[in-house]
This record gives sequence, C-alpha cells and structure tokens, in this order.
Amino acid sequence: MNKYDAIVIGAGHNGLTNAAYLAKAGLKVAVLERNPHIGGATVSRELYEGWHYSNCSYVSSLLRPEITRDLELPRHGLQVVPFGGGATFMQNGDHFGSYSDYGRKYREIARHSKRDANAYERYKADTSRQTRLIRPFLLKTPPDPTSLRPRDLKDLVDFARPFINMGEEGLLDTIKFWTTSVGDYLGEYFETDVIKAQHAGSGIIGTALGVYSPGTAYVLLHHYMGDVDGNVGAWGFARGGMGAIANALSKSLQSFGGEIICDANVDRIIVKGGRAKGVALKNGDEYHADIVVSNLDPKRTLLDITDQRDLPKDVIQKAKNFKIRGSSGKLNIALDGLPTFTGLDPKNPLMAGDLHFSDSLERMERAYDDWKGGTWSKDPYVDMMIPSLTDPTMAPPGKHMMSVFVQYAPPKVEGREWTDDDKAGFEKSVIDQISKYSPNFKDLILHCETRTPREIEAEVGLTEGNIFQGELTFDQLLFNRPFPGYAQYRMPIKGMYMCSSGTHPGGGVMAAPGANAAREILYDLKRTNTVPGSYADD
Amino acid sequence: MTKYDAIVIGAGHNGLISATYLAKAGKRVLVLDGRATAGGCASTKAFSSGFHVSDCAQWLHQFDNNIIKELNLEMHGLRLGQPKRTLALQATGDHLVINGDSVKGGEISPADKKAFKHYKSQMRVFAKLMLKLYRKRAPKMVEANRGDQVTLLSLGLGLKMMGRKNMQDMMRLVLINIYDVMNEHFDHEGLKAAIALDAITGTNMGPRSPNTVFTYIHRMVGEALGNQGVTQVMGGMGSLGGALLSTAKTQGVEVRLDSNVSKIVKTDDRVTGVALASGEVIEATVVVSSADPTTTYRDLLGYRHIEAGQARRVEQYRTRSGTGKLHIALSALPHFDGVAPEDLSQRLVIAPSMDAMETGLNPMKYHELTTQHVFDISIPTLEDPTLAPAGQHLLTALVHYVPYALKTSWEGAREELLESLISQLEAYAPGIRTLIVASEVRVPEDFETSHGVTGGNWHHGELSIDQALMMRPFPGSTQYKGSVEGLYLCGAGSHPGGSLMGLAGKNAAQEILKQGVLK
Repeated sequence: MNKYDAIVIGAGHNGLTNAAYLAKAGLKVAVLERNPHIGGATVSRELYEGWHYSNCSYVSSLLRPEITRDLELPRHGLQVVPFGGGATFMQNGDHFGSYSDYGRKYREIARHSKRDANAYERYKADTSRQTRLIRPFLLKTPPDPTSLRPRDLKDLVDFARPFINMGEEGLLDTIKFWTTSVGDYLGEYFETDVIKAQHAGSGIIGTALGVYSPGTAYVLLHHYMGDVDGNVGAWGFARGGMGAIANALSKSLQSFGGEIICDANVDRIIVKGGRAKGVALKNGDEYHADIVVSNLDPKRTLLDITDQRDLPKDVIQKAKNFKIRGSSGKLNIALDGLPTFTGLDPKNPLMAGDLHFSDSLERMERAYDDWKGGTWSKDPYVDMMIPSLTDPTMAPPGKHMMSVFVQYAPPKVEGREWTDDDKAGFEKSVIDQISKYSPNFKDLILHCETRTPREIEAEVGLTEGNIFQGELTFDQLLFNRPFPGYAQYRMPIKGMYMCSSGTHPGGGVMAAPGANAAREILYDLKRTNTVPGSYADD
Repeated sequence: MTKYDAIVIGAGHNGLISATYLAKAGKRVLVLDGRATAGGCASTKAFSSGFHVSDCAQWLHQFDNNIIKELNLEMHGLRLGQPKRTLALQATGDHLVINGDSVKGGEISPADKKAFKHYKSQMRVFAKLMLKLYRKRAPKMVEANRGDQVTLLSLGLGLKMMGRKNMQDMMRLVLINIYDVMNEHFDHEGLKAAIALDAITGTNMGPRSPNTVFTYIHRMVGEALGNQGVTQVMGGMGSLGGALLSTAKTQGVEVRLDSNVSKIVKTDDRVTGVALASGEVIEATVVVSSADPTTTYRDLLGYRHIEAGQARRVEQYRTRSGTGKLHIALSALPHFDGVAPEDLSQRLVIAPSMDAMETGLNPMKYHELTTQHVFDISIPTLEDPTLAPAGQHLLTALVHYVPYALKTSWEGAREELLESLISQLEAYAPGIRTLIVASEVRVPEDFETSHGVTGGNWHHGELSIDQALMMRPFPGSTQYKGSVEGLYLCGAGSHPGGSLMGLAGKNAAQEILKQGVLK
C-alpha cells in the first residue's frame, strides 16, 4: 500500500541522495515530488523547443566526490566536463582572465600587475590552506557545543582537533578568514581592482551581503572547495545540464529499490502522539512511514507543512527568524548564434567559462546598495556562461544557450511583490549591460526566460528565492544551521528529519546535507551506516 | 645617563594608567607625550571665546570603575556627571526616552517595551561573560599557558552556566548583524535605530554589517564595568587626563609633555629606549607604547626593525574611521521640538531608522560625503556651566558617517559637511542657526593630526572580530607584547580596544610585571 519505511519530501538533489542512502541500507523509501519533473534546482528543462538547459543551478563542482563514486553516478549517466577558467571584461576594452591553469593565470595577472602576480602565489597557498581545512567537514554532522553527551563531546573534540593542529597563528588566521570581508581579504594580496573584482564575485554569489560585508571571505571557499574528478577548485558543466545530476541520483536510488512519485504535493506531515507517522497530500492521499524527511527549506518545513501545535514555541520563532532572503535572479537566453564580445577573442578558451562585467569592487558594492534599497541592481554583477560551447546538447546545432546568473535582486521590490514590469526592468538591466560589450547580442536573442526571486520561489519552492535555502552567514552555519539545537538533521518531532540545504553544510549542489541526514537516520534506527565518510585529503 | 625601568609613549588615559600601575609596583617610569596636555583623546580645548569643548571623546561610558577606585581618581579631581537618559528624537516630536531597561514615549507599544527589557537583560548576560575576558589579557587558545588556560576554563564554565538556551543564542549572535536582531525583537523603527547606533558608534560599519552585535555587547560591557549609562566629565573630558596625570605623579611617575617621541630605539635585537624630536635619546629596560599599532611599528620603530610578516600585518591592520565630531558654540540654549528643558541635558540622538543609517553609510564606502547623518548629541553646559560664558551653551555631537579619505579632497568639503550637519540639526532644533556663535566639524583626518591616531579611529584600529580579543591587534603582537624584545603595547590598539576603558593600560602593566622583565 502506501506504507514505507521512510518518506522523503522533495526530489531535489539532497532528497534524492538521502533516499538513495536509506534505500541502500535496505529501507523501503519513497520520494514525493510536487512537480511532474524531479530535480528541484538541480534540473534541466526544455522551456523553449530545442534547448535543453540548466534552469537554475548551472555549474558543478561542489558535488561531493565521495557520493559521486559511492552512488556510482557516472555509471548512471553523469559526466561533468570542466572548463578552463573565466574572465572579467573591463570598461577600457581589456579583460582579466582567471585561468584554471596556474602558470597561465600567473602570466595573465603579471600582464596587469607584476606586483600582484607575486602576491598570487601567496593568495593561492593561503586560500588552499583554508579550503583543505574545511573539506573534511562537509560530510560530517556538526557537533553540538551545548551538549554534554559523550558522543557530542567526542565530536566536538574531533571537530576542534584540526584547528588546534594549526597552531596559534594558524588558528587566528583562520578566524580572521572566516570573519573578514572578501574585499578586505583580497586587498591583503592584490592591488589591481579588476583582479580583486574577478575573485570577489565568488564571495557574494547567492548572499545578501556586499563585498565589504564581514563574513564574505568565507563564502569564497564555496567556490574553491569543490572539484571535478579530483581536480580541487575546478568547475564544470554536467553534460545534459544539471538535470543529469538529478537523473543519475534517481537512477542510483531506483537501483536500490527506491521509488519516486511525482505530482505528489505534500500538504502536511501527519503527527500522532508526538511521532511522525507519514504525510498527507493536498489531494487527500496519504503515505505512511515512521521516518519523514523533509527536503524543503526550514521555513517551509516547519511553518507550512507542520502543524504549529506539534512544535515547541521557540522552534516556531526560530523558524520565523531564519534568514532566507533572496538576492539573485537568472536569465536563460536562447541565442541564434554565438555573440561576439569585443574584448575577448571568440577562440579564447575563457569564452567557455564564467564571464563578468563588474570590473571594480565599487561597482559590486553599489550593486549591493541597490538591493539594500529594495530594488534590483541597476549595474548588476553577472555570472554569465555559454554552456553550449562545452556541451552541444544544450542547444540546436549552431545555436547557443546562455545562462546569466545575476546579483542582486531583492525578494520584494521596495516592500511589495514583484510585478511583471519589475521583471521586465530587471531583465533590461542585464541585457543592456551585456549589450555594451557585445554589439550583436540583442539581435541574436530568440527567447529569454527571466527568473526573479518571485519565479524561483514559485517554481522551485525556494522561499523568497534564496538559492541556498538560507543565507550563508555564521549565525546560520554549521552548528547554527538552521538554528542552534536543531543542527543535526533531527527535528523536534520524533521520526522527523531535514535533509535539505537548510542544514549543514548549506547550499550549492553538494549532496552532503542529504547524505549526512541519512547517516543520522540510520544511526537512530541502529542500522548499518551506508553513507561514506569524507576522503582523507591530499 | 639615567635609565628608566619603563618609558611609556603617550600620556593618554591608557598610557598614564599603565605607567601608574607600574609605578605602584615600585618601577621607575617616564611618560612622554608630544601634546601640551595629558589625556590623549580625553581632551578639552579652548573654543571660540570663553568656551571649552571636549574636542575628541564626548562621553564616558566604558571606564572601569575598579580603576577609578584603585587609583583614587576622584580624590585627584575626577568628577563624573549624572548618568544620562537617551532621547531618541523622532521627526514627529514625540520622542523615545530610554532610561536603563525602560523605554517610553514615541508611541512605543507595550510589546516593544517588554521586548526591550528582555533584550537588555539577555545582552547583559553576554556582556557579563565577555567581562571575564576584559579585565585580563585575552587568552591564547592553542598555546595557552597556565594563566590562559584558567581564563579559557572560566570562560567555558561561564558559557555553560548561561544555560543551553543562552548558549545557543550566543552562538548565533556572536557574528550576526544588529539589523536582523532588531527586526526579530522590535517593531518601533526609532527604537531599533537607537539601539543600532550603540552598536556602530566609533566604527565604520552599518547595522546590516555582520559583527555589529559583537560591538554592541562590547558596549554593554561598560555597564558591567560599573557605568550606568553615558556621563559627561565635569570640567570637560580633559579633566580625566588631569586626574590621571595627578595620580600618576603622586605615584612617582615622571611625565614630560611637549616631548614628542620621534623614534623607538632598537639596539641589536631589542628595544632600548626612545629618541625625542629634539634628538635626545632616553634609555629604558622596556618601552610601552600607547600609540596605535600602526604609528608604533611603522612610524616610530620602522618596518626594517620588524620581521617582514609582521610588517605585512601592520599594513593590513584596518584603521578606517567613520566618526566625525560637530562642535557648536551657542549664544543661548537651543530649542528642540518636543524636548522638555530638563531633558536637554540628557543624551539626544538623531537616528530615524536603520535603513536610513545604511543609506547614510553608502557614500562613505566610496569616499564620498553623505547627506544623511546620525547624531549623538551632548549639551554639556547645562550640567556644567563652567564650559561656556554665562548664559551661553555648547552643543557637541558624534556624527556618523564621515569618511577618512574623499575622492575629491577635504579642501572645501569641511564647509560643505558643516553646513549639511547644521541643516539636518535644524530639522529637530528650529532656529538653532541664529544662535550659532562658532561652529566647526572635525573629520577623522583631523583627529589623526591633532591626536596622533592613525585613521582617526577611536579604537586605534577597527574593533571587528578579526581584530578583537586574542587577535588584537594582530598575531605576533597580542597580549600586550610587541613583536620585538623590550616593546609592549598598552593602548586601545590592544585588547580590549578603545572607548576610554583604561583596561588596555592596566592589563598591559600587569602583564609586564608578571613577565618579570623589570628587576
């Protein structure tokens, strides 16, 4: 019947991962998805005939290699092709190329500033040190510093050990790295504005902060701590779009006997006697299980699909206080050919990578000022890519797909809901900016799908359009994610868990939250753990 | 040539306090300062004709009362005014009156009143915990020696004693911004902004900036140190310097003013004394600098005398200030709409909303002038008529946000700024312009010139988390020990920072004594 060992709400990548590990452990698992398609924000759509593209997330790096290998995602069809770096176009017609290859990047930096080229080695070493420190924590459940239970104390000691091993100065430098702004951090190495601006973008993507806001240097790590096939820091395109990740995860899940049920819109979690008993759909159908795992964000999980009477008052307040403000938008553009950019040779490999136009920190900070003022950025920061240059399956032959991720776009415009006029204004600000650098760009546009936080929330279920399911500031990270006391995937109701990006280690297509939650569920069930630990690092 | 046990550079409050505690332990101490008066940023200057303005620091609210007792400062002439209420001026004229944990007026709701009490008492719990770290050196965490381990243990116990809920709140609050916390607790925009002002004062951060709850808790420690709110110093802030000078001399400290130190002298591998601008060289076993770290290392010692990594840290140490000062000499008492005469002597703040503060902050980031400022106003002449001719008054205000550098230059910009400030003030105090006898605005660059503080920063360096506590001012120079043998730091650039606390000076002295370097 509709009786399972575990039900996962939401077939985003974390939900699929969570279900796969539970199924691998022998549980009878069903993933319920309200849309006719799976993937959440890790999805490929064909919203314009002939173009199969990554609708939301658009590049891959953070997907945990342990999970990729363990769930055999390549066998199930996942292929990630790395690209060789990106560039920032400058207003004077020049560009700054951020090549993945160390030597090439060094020469490019030196072309702009010999002094900064000398600093680059130090920058790479210092940032790599921080990256190596953080990677092992991704596939770990955060410790609970307020708990005196033996397991928690042991976890706390294990957690602290790598920091203690760094020595006093190393520890202080790490604390500094985590609390400083990306603008200040980069300023400790580089003088050239465009070099700083190119790197600073990684510090503010998906955040409600500016380049001078403390706590943005840490976000750089999200850009550096992933890998493609073991090459740490590399980024790539999933062949077939990001949906290939969801598809591979779903095949893996199904190979263990797991089920995915689409068009199943969960209305609420059924709770009896303080225990989770299953879910009820909006159409009245019920699915029963003693383990209910929500892949929705913390606000939706606790305020929408859970009856408030089943929750402690302080948890309701904490869920209300959870910060999930959207700050990004996206344009998915179908192009009739490859646009020419004055400033970069079309054969330059950087054309296949991440392209930007904000050539100074001041412009990026001003873009943030607009967000604070409740409007979209008039001079936005964009992360523009043409994935069809690497993956021809994304567009018909000779034509191209362009993905433009934009900061900043507020969840509400001056306190009110987005209107279609607002959306058009937002779209225009991006198209106009790109047109400044590509004379034939506008003429090549066949179709433009524009997504403001309004669309992102409506279509993907990400509250307020926040792509990370909750801001990545320290008050909401690690043992504070989603809030202190509930950062180990267990919710206040027995048998209820969360496995989404609203839990550690946060957003980005990592699959780590889903895996970590599965580990905790299996621990509670006293079953053998199927979730891999993180690899010992280089 | 006579050799001292310690030479203290700077007769600011921390320098004098450090010197006094060393002298109390029997050491021979010389204090040198290039200015003509003692007190550093706790100073008073003659203004216009017959006025005396506290030209740098305006309020006392963080000073450790233990130091007042231990150094007999009251006997040496320190007289504090009455603790002030805060009136958060609202455009409607119906102002908020904040007194301790209570708030009234301004159409404040009962829910907000209750929330304010709750908020203050929770912040007080955190401040009490922070206090454990303030009256002693901040502990190292990995290389902790016995003393540091005791501090860490005490801190850990303190954390556990707060209870699980408070611990969890603290974990969340320690790096969060005050804007979000205010929106979680309160509805009243004026109340939120008034509290946020306390978090950002003396910094160049806005309410949305992460770290601003930390700076708020830092300010609350002032209460734990024995202060019941802000007070003025009778006779002007310089009287604090005067009292400290008097007590120092009583303890046998030798103080030479008008004696500018131009160099810290290093001989071979250690610091052996200082050289004055006159050329005179004075020797000592240790040199204790109360000057800010940048001045100490870059200007006085020189980069070639410190290790390259340290030099880089000095260069990276952030000293930007966003605080300016407005001084107005008035021919009569000004009228503020909706403020009763007895309230004019209190602390008046103009901060309409946190969003206005953020908008006001934006231009400063681009080295431009803003037209929307936040004011923290004192009319000290009501409580202390000696500061002005009979019947006349002084109005001073701490003003945010004033940039250090301008894209254009400060030439002519001061006038523009002054005019803007007076116009903004007029909106709350109509007619004040007609009473102005003299007025001036002091920008961060001016404090750099007049008081020798790099960047014009109160705290001798931003009090952001990565430059606070055990990281202050930077690794290699923490725990009051300079990165060169024989050099110590005792100013606001060391833990626990500025705001006229006196703790850096006292802690540094105790550290020097504990280390036994002075026989």
